[in-house]
Amino acid sequence: MSQHVVQPRIYYTIFAILMLCTALTVGIAFFDLGPLNAVAALVIAMFKATLVVMFFMHVKYGPRLTWAVVIGSVYWLGILLTLTLSDYLTRAWRTFG
Amino acid sequence: MTETAHSALAHQFDSLGQQTDAGSLGMWVFLATEVLFFGGLFTTYTVYRVFYSAGFSAASHELDIVLGTINTAVLITSSLTMALAVHAAQLGRRRHLLTLLVLTMALGTVFLGIKGLEYSHKFAEHHVPGPTFQFEKEYFRHAQIFFSLYFIMTGLHAIHMIIGIGVLLVMWVLAWRGKFTAEYFAPIEISGLYWHFVDIVWIFLFPLLYLIGRHA
Amino acid sequence: MSNTVFLPPRHYLNEEYGIASWLLTRDHKRIGLLYLAAVTFFFFIGGAFAVLIRLELATPVGDLVSDETYNKLFTMHGVTMVFFFLIPAIPSVLGNFLIPIMIGARDLAFPKLNLASWYIYMIGGLFTTYAIVTGGLDTGWTFYTPYSTASSTSNVISAALGIFITGFSSILTGLNFIVTIHRMRAPGMTWFRLPLFIWSHYATSLIMVLGTPVIAITLLLVATERVFRFGFFDPALGGDPVLFQHLFWFYSHPAVYIMILPSMGVVSELVAAFCRKPVFGYGFVAFASLGIAVLGFLVWGHHMFVAGQSVYAALIFSILSFLVAIPSAVKVFNWTATMYKGSIAWETPMLYAIGFIGLFTIGGLTGLFLASVGLDVHVTDTYFIIAHFHYIMVGGTIMGYLGGLHYWWPKISGRLYNEWLAKFSALVIFLGFNLTFFPQFILGYLGMPRRYHAYPPEFQVLNVLSSAGASILGVGYLIPMAYLMWSLRYGRVAGSNPWGAVGLEWTTTSPPPMDNFAVTPEVTWDAYDYQSAAAARQSTQSG
Repeated sequence: MSQHVVQPRIYYTIFAILMLCTALTVGIAFFDLGPLNAVAALVIAMFKATLVVMFFMHVKYGPRLTWAVVIGSVYWLGILLTLTLSDYLTRAWRTFG
Repeated sequence: MTETAHSALAHQFDSLGQQTDAGSLGMWVFLATEVLFFGGLFTTYTVYRVFYSAGFSAASHELDIVLGTINTAVLITSSLTMALAVHAAQLGRRRHLLTLLVLTMALGTVFLGIKGLEYSHKFAEHHVPGPTFQFEKEYFRHAQIFFSLYFIMTGLHAIHMIIGIGVLLVMWVLAWRGKFTAEYFAPIEISGLYWHFVDIVWIFLFPLLYLIGRHA
Repeated sequence: MSNTVFLPPRHYLNEEYGIASWLLTRDHKRIGLLYLAAVTFFFFIGGAFAVLIRLELATPVGDLVSDETYNKLFTMHGVTMVFFFLIPAIPSVLGNFLIPIMIGARDLAFPKLNLASWYIYMIGGLFTTYAIVTGGLDTGWTFYTPYSTASSTSNVISAALGIFITGFSSILTGLNFIVTIHRMRAPGMTWFRLPLFIWSHYATSLIMVLGTPVIAITLLLVATERVFRFGFFDPALGGDPVLFQHLFWFYSHPAVYIMILPSMGVVSELVAAFCRKPVFGYGFVAFASLGIAVLGFLVWGHHMFVAGQSVYAALIFSILSFLVAIPSAVKVFNWTATMYKGSIAWETPMLYAIGFIGLFTIGGLTGLFLASVGLDVHVTDTYFIIAHFHYIMVGGTIMGYLGGLHYWWPKISGRLYNEWLAKFSALVIFLGFNLTFFPQFILGYLGMPRRYHAYPPEFQVLNVLSSAGASILGVGYLIPMAYLMWSLRYGRVAGSNPWGAVGLEWTTTSPPPMDNFAVTPEVTWDAYDYQSAAAARQSTQSG
């Protein structure tokens, strides 16, 4: 829990970056980049989420335990996604359609 | 111990600092559970997006990108006002805190309003999965799965928003009653964590649902 | 040596009276007892279904109940036992009671949330009981789709909602434990001075918090699919039934570690106390708990070797399943090493601990057989699987639960139970258990399928042995109920440390005061510091 007081200036800056990224992600969507469209959208979303977590949610100024909880939860979701996809992407057959 | 315990100090804690730390950690652990809760839906989405990409593109195209973008901007702004509200609480500025809480709730309500508008459009266009669903024949089943995901994911998100607004309402009442000072404002910070999380979920929902196949 | 011990005049049981003081309590000890009543109730419900199952299986023909009813019997036995007994029992009863005391705190971090967890459990139980009494559930506790979403005419939605709600009880309990253990340890109680019971419950809480939300959303999807015909898991609508299984088992495999880890934590305490020695390799056992929790999340596909998942995924899950056995084995070796050259006292809790070690080893080894894809394909969906998991859950978890209940009963109630009856019951349970489930390994290997109530006549002898064992086991479970209740009023007063054990819980009165300690302890000793305790006793005796 941070007793550290973040200057509002920082909040406004982050806000502006978030809005810019939103415009960017919408703009990119209108160009055909093939599979890179999905990659770009996710990268931008992850960047935005990181900004919110770090600054709005004060994790940058908070205890390491908080970082561990954040990273752990994302990592665990990663386990669910990765191992599930490891099945779907290596099947020689489609069980649905 | 010479100082009298703060009125907000619960009996199981030794100090306000310990209580605040515990509360904060508790909310973070809860948010971790929410990551996995929504994560099950994101996993389902990912599996079907990989195999039904054409159908998902076609279906995503039917969502209103203007309303979706506006809603994204609305939520990000509400995160700003929430962060500023916590800041106001940190500095003991009760009037600012009250105003910023109201602004945050208002923006959240605007979000829900626009969402409701989108839902009504979907009803009108027969894009609600079930017996009334209509879509071009080529992508019928895949689009239906897309819209099922759309309604469940945005619906669950909306429920979280409603709960968030409710929590902020309670915070507003407590703040109005003068419960918070620069020394003790942990519930505001914790509510803020929840609010930002709901924003983050939308940050992912928006591109995944609204921005597929827009270039077509 | 005179034995005049008295109950403390004021303690958590007599501090307040009246039903409101129990139903609105914030005290973790009282909440633990509320859970004790609740889980015992569901244990006997689940047990009743087991009785009917074993009664039916005594004859090769399906003559006691119809096919549909039998489906409901094994389903509801599974649902009740897994979600309403095995998962909550040790954490919510013993964990709630002991964690604050063992770390030197006055209560958990969030007492009101703790009470809410109990009410959430009860509400979930209500939904599920409603589902049971208004026609039952017949999908298997595994809710496999598309049967559960599209074809079953049983109470899928109410049962799924009941489990969904109860899941939040689990999540909030885990959350409470994590924050408590991180933030509320007494001065001097460093991580590596914590009892291993705490390490086990910490690891369990990690699983509860990370895994339960996934089954929550999955059951929600099943319910919505049934209501709105969404089609995520229904091939007729473009869905994949195997996706349900991925999501379901992502939780349900780690769930078995939720069931076993707390029991292992109990066993660590019992072995240390009744061998008068620190647990051998404390650090290894502590990290093994974490290792089990982490690795346990990586193996769920071993429930799906024949479901249609890719061979390559099956390979990965198989290798990881072999790996997850390692930390469990480390614990078994370390408990055994603790007993070596220990001063072993054969009290009832120790009997349960030793029973646990032997039976868990058998169950765990058979788990290794199942990790091997080739062997699993042969025995999947047979009684081999049933025997395997009952050895772990009953031979493991329930033995640990009973051992812990007996060990801490004097602390909880202030009274001692009848040692003779207790030892007798432990023996009856051990014998009854093995007679029930060992034949099932053989049956499974010979090919008897699970979830069938009619079978080829050549399997009858083994089935009759199993049913006979079940009746003995049932009696074995009833006897402790009787003497434990009796001891509440008539048992000998225990005193603060009847076992002469080391641990913060034994430094306070039996029963403990409302705030657990008269003075917040300051810890300067290691866990299981029997050497110093013995030296202190010697110096006071000779001095």
